Amino acid sequence: MPHFAIIAVSILFDGLAYAMFLFITSVGLSVTMGLMGFVNLAHGAFAMAGGYVVVSLTKDFGVGFVPSLVIAALVVGAVSAVFERTLYRRLYKSTDLEQVLLTIGLAFMAIATATYFYGPIPKSVPLPDWLQGDINLGFRTFPSYRAFLIALGAVLIAVLWYAFERTNIGAKIRAAVDNRRMAESVGINVDRLFTLTFAVGSGLAALGGGLAIQLFGLNPSFAVLYLVLFLIVVAVGGLGSLKGTLLAALVLGIFDTAGKYLLADAGGFFIYAVTVVVLLIKPAGFYGRE
Amino acid sequence: MTDAALQVQGFNRNFGALQVTRDVNLTLERGARRALIGPNGAGKTTLVNLITGVLKPNSGRVLLNGEDITTSSQAERARRGLARTFQINQLFRGLTVLENLCMTIGERDGNCNNLWRTAGAKRSVIDEALDHLDSLRLVDDSLKLVRELPYGRQRLVEIAIALAQKPRVLLLDEPAAGVPSSESHLILDVVASLDPDIAILIIEHDMDVVFRFAKQITVLVQGAVLVEGAPNEIMNNEQVRAVYLGQEGRRHD
Amino acid sequence: MAASETISPERNAARERAAEYLLSRHRFHWQEALPWLIAIAAYFIFPDRMTFGSQVLVMVMFALSLDLILGYAGIVTLGHAAFFGIGAYTVGLGAARLGWTEPISGLFAAAMVSALVGFLTGWFLLRYRGLTLLMLTLATAIMLQEAGNLRSDLSGGYDGLPGLEFKPLLGIFQYDLYGRANYIYALVALAVVFYFVRRIVYSPFGQALTGIRENIRRMHAIGSPVHRRLVTVYTIAAGIAGIAGALFTQTNAYVTLTVFDFDNSAKVMVMLILGGTGRLYGAFIGAAVYMVLEDHLSKLSPTFWQFGIGLLLVLAVLFARRGLLGLLEDASKYFTKRSKP
Repeated sequence: MPHFAIIAVSILFDGLAYAMFLFITSVGLSVTMGLMGFVNLAHGAFAMAGGYVVVSLTKDFGVGFVPSLVIAALVVGAVSAVFERTLYRRLYKSTDLEQVLLTIGLAFMAIATATYFYGPIPKSVPLPDWLQGDINLGFRTFPSYRAFLIALGAVLIAVLWYAFERTNIGAKIRAAVDNRRMAESVGINVDRLFTLTFAVGSGLAALGGGLAIQLFGLNPSFAVLYLVLFLIVVAVGGLGSLKGTLLAALVLGIFDTAGKYLLADAGGFFIYAVTVVVLLIKPAGFYGRE
Repeated sequence: MTDAALQVQGFNRNFGALQVTRDVNLTLERGARRALIGPNGAGKTTLVNLITGVLKPNSGRVLLNGEDITTSSQAERARRGLARTFQINQLFRGLTVLENLCMTIGERDGNCNNLWRTAGAKRSVIDEALDHLDSLRLVDDSLKLVRELPYGRQRLVEIAIALAQKPRVLLLDEPAAGVPSSESHLILDVVASLDPDIAILIIEHDMDVVFRFAKQITVLVQGAVLVEGAPNEIMNNEQVRAVYLGQEGRRHD
Repeated sequence: MAASETISPERNAARERAAEYLLSRHRFHWQEALPWLIAIAAYFIFPDRMTFGSQVLVMVMFALSLDLILGYAGIVTLGHAAFFGIGAYTVGLGAARLGWTEPISGLFAAAMVSALVGFLTGWFLLRYRGLTLLMLTLATAIMLQEAGNLRSDLSGGYDGLPGLEFKPLLGIFQYDLYGRANYIYALVALAVVFYFVRRIVYSPFGQALTGIRENIRRMHAIGSPVHRRLVTVYTIAAGIAGIAGALFTQTNAYVTLTVFDFDNSAKVMVMLILGGTGRLYGAFIGAAVYMVLEDHLSKLSPTFWQFGIGLLLVLAVLFARRGLLGLLEDASKYFTKRSKP
């Protein structure tokens, strides 16, 4: 196979895996910001929390990796619902700045707590055999873990798409994102809808956090470092849009990977340059509403 | 028609499949006292938004004192003498009433380009602001923050700001809405005593106000002009009656 | 308008009272001397903490520049550290690579360069608001940092440019080991900058800024050239942040790329919020309290410090939205009310 094609395939593969991670973790943030206009900068902390739950479950309780992911998503999702009901709810009518500050404060507290219990050193997670090693697809081998990530992402995309486009609840969410007041006047209980959406979104973030351990390692500052990425994906994709988040995740994920492969040091630029260009042309993102 | 203060020619505006403004032509001559009426959802506020530049029309032109302002920004139009009030108050809520006015005058006169002298240094600005407040009986509220005032008084501030712009064309969007009857006559008195050269368009639902104030009425239905004419013509117009279907204009209590 | 009416004496009195408020607002109140007295007193009371003291003054200036755009104009950005960094590196590179070691001209140069970058980025970015603006400013700041990292041969990368030397102030005052001269230098710079900022804030332009913050739709409707105003204040704030950065490099004799960190942007925002936005002195209180607390608490346990700051932020948003200055104002109002019969 010609040299450049091998590189292209590698970029696509790794980029796709990265994009899946970005999508899974960011989609919740996009929908909640689009639905309730609430800027939740603690989203990264939910992802981090999910990661640490997976670490504890696999290392201290011997639970399998995949079951741990599921449990982490459920636990963090449930806890986030509590936060939403008690704390976030008070600030729905506040300014963006106040929401930013409150949620950053929560993120700091979460990071400090994680540092206290787990320490600052990055953690890894024991993977089952079938996720270690490589898959051989003939022309080259691919790391199984990343293939798993891509497959999982595809499945989740299908599930979410179905839920969004084909179910009753999905229709209600879309209506509420489109025009909240009208949705309320038609009898949709937007408050309850939001708690549900928020819980699912945070659960997905936790799932993403658990998946990220193998890719980047997990330490407490994950909550803020990767938050920037999630915000970028959400802004570029457009608030409240599943399609947008997916497209943004793909574009940014692949560009970033390409940049790092081809330009090593200067590679970090790409993701930010793409962000600036997209936002200058389409300030509301790919599929956002002005 | 070169004497016209404001001319709208063929405004069209749609949101997707929804046509909210349909081939609207409107002329305000100098000194016009025109009311814009129509059922809810007729597109009256949308029309004002199109005229002031908040929305861009899909097609059509608008001229202010003979100059084409269709591509001008909101602020440019305001600087050329077009002022409006909003249906829902748009005020500087965290500032005092006096500051709301002083700032309006400051922006009007280009004062606000000055970074060095103090805002209070121009006594004439303060005096003019107080004059406007005086005419609306707001002087005692001068130093109160706008958000501390009851809604009705806030509405008066909204009017005061539009007047302080010393406009040549004034668009009032339901100016008396939400104002208790004890104070709404203030607004109408002030509007009635405005410079006769100013062209005024008032959106209103209250027919008492309309007949007291308007020399001309435009009826807007589903985004298009149904009919225009003097008040008594409109009153007796069959189509207008049908549209309002036995509704009597809301009265003051 | 009412020229032909005769005005009753009561109405006249009410008008005079109202006018008086605007006419005298800009005059110095005695309380305004307090932070300066405290700063001067610190020189004598804590002679061995002067290096730390200079850093506090630097952060006060940085927070002040943010107050102009955040507190007065209502622009929320996440990339203000970029201008701090540009100022810091203008002086740093000037000293390390060009042999430009005269401090005061260094400050001017830093101000010019940061202001220029502020003008260029502001002109493009301030057409946007909300999340879009947050992301654009953040991305721009990160790209600047990455650019610096790319040319780490020039910038020293994250290890930075150590051991910078600067000529004595005005050719007379030597830098001493305890940073005493530095402190006075920073204090004088802060006082000069503050004087200008205070004038701007009380000018008609400053008034227009608060209008933009309070209701931008209304500003458009009354004919305000909003974009021009925003770019102007952004340029000025960038310049001041640049001076703060320059002072940072000069008083530390050292600069690294960490000055561009998002952490720095977040830190100065936290300081300003804690102190209170839109009131200038909030920057003083917020920066001072934050730096002092950080100095004590993060030495004990950085984890507890981070937790504490997070908690403080949450509590501030829930219960003290106008920051410490707001709490002080409320307290003094409460006490003056009680003392009145």
